[in-house]
Parts: sequence; structure tokens; C-alpha cells
Amino acid sequence: MTSNRGNAMPNAPAVARRSMLGTLALSALAPLVALSPLAVLSPLAVLSPPALAAAATASIDIKSFAFTPKEITVVPGTRVVWTNRDETPHTVTAADKSFTSPGLDTGDTFEHTFTAAGDFTYLCTVHPYMTGIVHVKKP
Amino acid sequence: MTKQDLDRPRSAARRGALGCMARWSGAAVVWGIAGGVLQALGATGDGRRPPSTYTPFTFVQISDTHIGFNKKANPDTSASLRQAIAEINALPQTPAFVVHTGDLSHLSKPAQFGEVRELLKEIKVDRVHTIPGEHDTIDNGAAGYLRYFDHDANGRSWYSFDHDGVHFVGLNNVLAFKMGRLAALGDDQLAWLKTDLAGVSHSTPVVVLAHIPMWTIWEPWGWGTADSAQAMAMLRPFGSVTVLNGHIHQVMQKVEGNVELHTAMSLAYPLPTPGQAGFGEPAPVAVSMDELGAKLGTRRISVHPGRHPLALVDRSLEA
Repeated sequence: MTSNRGNAMPNAPAVARRSMLGTLALSALAPLVALSPLAVLSPLAVLSPPALAAAATASIDIKSFAFTPKEITVVPGTRVVWTNRDETPHTVTAADKSFTSPGLDTGDTFEHTFTAAGDFTYLCTVHPYMTGIVHVKKP
Repeated sequence: MTKQDLDRPRSAARRGALGCMARWSGAAVVWGIAGGVLQALGATGDGRRPPSTYTPFTFVQISDTHIGFNKKANPDTSASLRQAIAEINALPQTPAFVVHTGDLSHLSKPAQFGEVRELLKEIKVDRVHTIPGEHDTIDNGAAGYLRYFDHDANGRSWYSFDHDGVHFVGLNNVLAFKMGRLAALGDDQLAWLKTDLAGVSHSTPVVVLAHIPMWTIWEPWGWGTADSAQAMAMLRPFGSVTVLNGHIHQVMQKVEGNVELHTAMSLAYPLPTPGQAGFGEPAPVAVSMDELGAKLGTRRISVHPGRHPLALVDRSLEA
């Protein structure tokens, strides 16, 4: 990371570039705009890379011992986010083991971005009768 | 019994036991006399005459402590386990040992395994035998569990041992599953079980510990073991077989010839009964704190080898 070399205080564009790398950006930005929380959000929104802004997100609830919706179809590049709404732990584990979550407690989330086309079945390893499928198809 | 075992404090338990004998002889205790029949000595099996002087003994089953769970259905599962331990330590007859039939932890977290291990050390018995439940094998199979509870099988989560003429088998039926199916024992464990039982006389009483019921109670909720029929076929020739399960947080039983199967109460929270109106899934059922103790409990098992089938007493926690 060299964008702010020589600067005692990072300037705004440098901070925006760093934001793509991770959440460190927020803590670095905070002293700069500490008086207004909105000011923290707006430059990030404006400077978000177009590719990220366009990426689709799909949500699946884990509720009442079921994945809802149980079956979804998404385009490649879609980020799928599972949220456990039960008081019982569950996992999200691909049948082919290509992805797996840790044990998800109540309110925990797990996300996986599907880059390649295909049909991805998954299950909860705590309750293997709980299954779901993500179809990834090019538009 | 090793010297170290004998060093465990027990006199306090015996003294404390005197104070609660009245409680144990009172009402609210349900005796269930088992239906298994012991076969005549030496009539089956390898023909060798088993030792004739076994000592009657008792042991205690606890299950589904779910240490780490803290939601509405039981905000303090550690306290429930502590209460059960106090009641076990106050029993008029010190049990030979305690068995825990799985779901020691709620989320397989090291801190939860560590806490339950420390709590179990407070039971004034020589040893506690454990088997894993599906809540104990969430992140990396049985490996996390075995880091804390590898006391019986040297790196394996199934094992057997003998006590005063009774053969005990601890099984792991929470891991070997196929997608969309019930959990199972798996071929490796079934092969081990066959070998293990081959060395046991058919007149020896057998007690099997497994977390998930070894008969299909309610398949939509995963309350059964996919390959239990294969294990049952191996157990059927024995004169007296008692299977102790957990998982469903309530007492149910089935008698199948000489094999009887019993599920146990939890020490964490109740679950609905299969098909109970208003419950579409096996999620924790919140009852008032006044009612909770009646839904949780322990089981004491009395063994009189050669004379009686095992006798089971299921007992709720004191209010």
C-alpha cells in the first residue's frame, strides 16, 4: 500500500482506494470526518467501483429448519448470503465440499460468491435432511 | 479402579445422600421395569459359563446439556447441569459411573467443551463416559470434541468397555450421513461393532449408547439412524440389550424382542413431540421457568446381572 506514502494524514482518494481492500478504511477515515456519520458513508458510496455496485446479491433465510427459498437461480458473480434465523445452529455446506460455513448461531450469516455456471446443491451438516440448491446460469 | 480413581472425594456424597433418601422414596418417581429377558447361563454364545458373582450396580444417564445455549428456552444451561450434578451427588447409592449421551455443547466451541468438561468433573463418580451429538461435531467432525473427550477410544469417537458383567458400547451416529438422509453409523463403525460384539457371550447384558435414536421415531425431523437396522441385527442374538439415546429431549421407548430402546430427557430445553400441533420443526420450546425443571431430567439405571433386566428411573429436576 503506497498511495499515501509521505502523507501524514491520508487524503480522500487514497482512503477510497483503501476501502476496496477492506474495512480498515473506515477506521482511517473516521478522524477525517468524525463530526458527521453521513460524511463517512457518502464518499464510499460515490467512489465504490462499478463492478462491485453492479454485482447481484441474493439472500436465503435459514428458518424453521429449512433453507428459504430452497431453490434459487442466479447469474454468475452473484453473492449469496445465508442468515440463520433459528435458535438451533445450522451450516451451509456444498455437497461437493466446494464451500462450507462454520456453525452458524442465531443471526449469523455466511456468504459465498458463485462465479461459475452450474447447479450447486448444499445441506446443513447438523441436519443433513435440510437441503437447498443454487442454479447459476448465464443470462 | 485405579488409585487415582479411589482418591476422588466420595464420603461427602454418601453423607449428603442420607439427607435425600426420603425424596427418592417419595412419589413422582416412575419405575419402568424393562421387558428384556436374560437367557440361561451358557446356553448361547461361546458356551463359556460367565462369572457367577456379579455385583449389582447403578449408573446414571444424562444427555443434551447444550452448554453455550442461552436463549429464551433456557437462559442458563450451565445452572441446569449444576443442579443435575447436585442431585446425582446426593443419590442414596453412589452410581458406578455416569454416561452422557451427546450434545454436550451447543456449538462445538472449545470454550463450551471446556466448560462442560469442568462441570462434569464435579460429579462424584469415578468416571463419565461420553459420546458426541451432532452439536458436538459441527465444524470439523469429531476432532474438536475429541480434543476434550478422548477418554475412551484413543482418537475414535466409538468404543466399548465392560463393567461387572455388562458390556457397554458407545457409538457415534451423528456424522456418517448422506445428503438429504438421516445420520448414520457408517460402514467403518458397523464393521468395528461386529468385531467388538463377536467377543461377547450372548448371555452378557449389552448396553448401547448412541445420541440419535436407534429407531426411526420421526424421519422429517431426523429422529432416526439410517443404518440402525444393521446394528440391531447384530444385537438381536443377545439375551438383554438396552439402547440409551438422547437427541429428542424427551422420554420415548420401544421394545423389540430382547432389545429395548429408551430416549432420555435433556438438561437444556424441551423439544416438541413429533407432530405436536403448532410445531413444524424440532426447535427449542420455551416454557415458563417454573415449568422448565419438570421438562429436564436425569435417568438412573439399576443393573442386577443374571437376575433382572435393567430398571430405569427417569426423574425430573427438582423445582
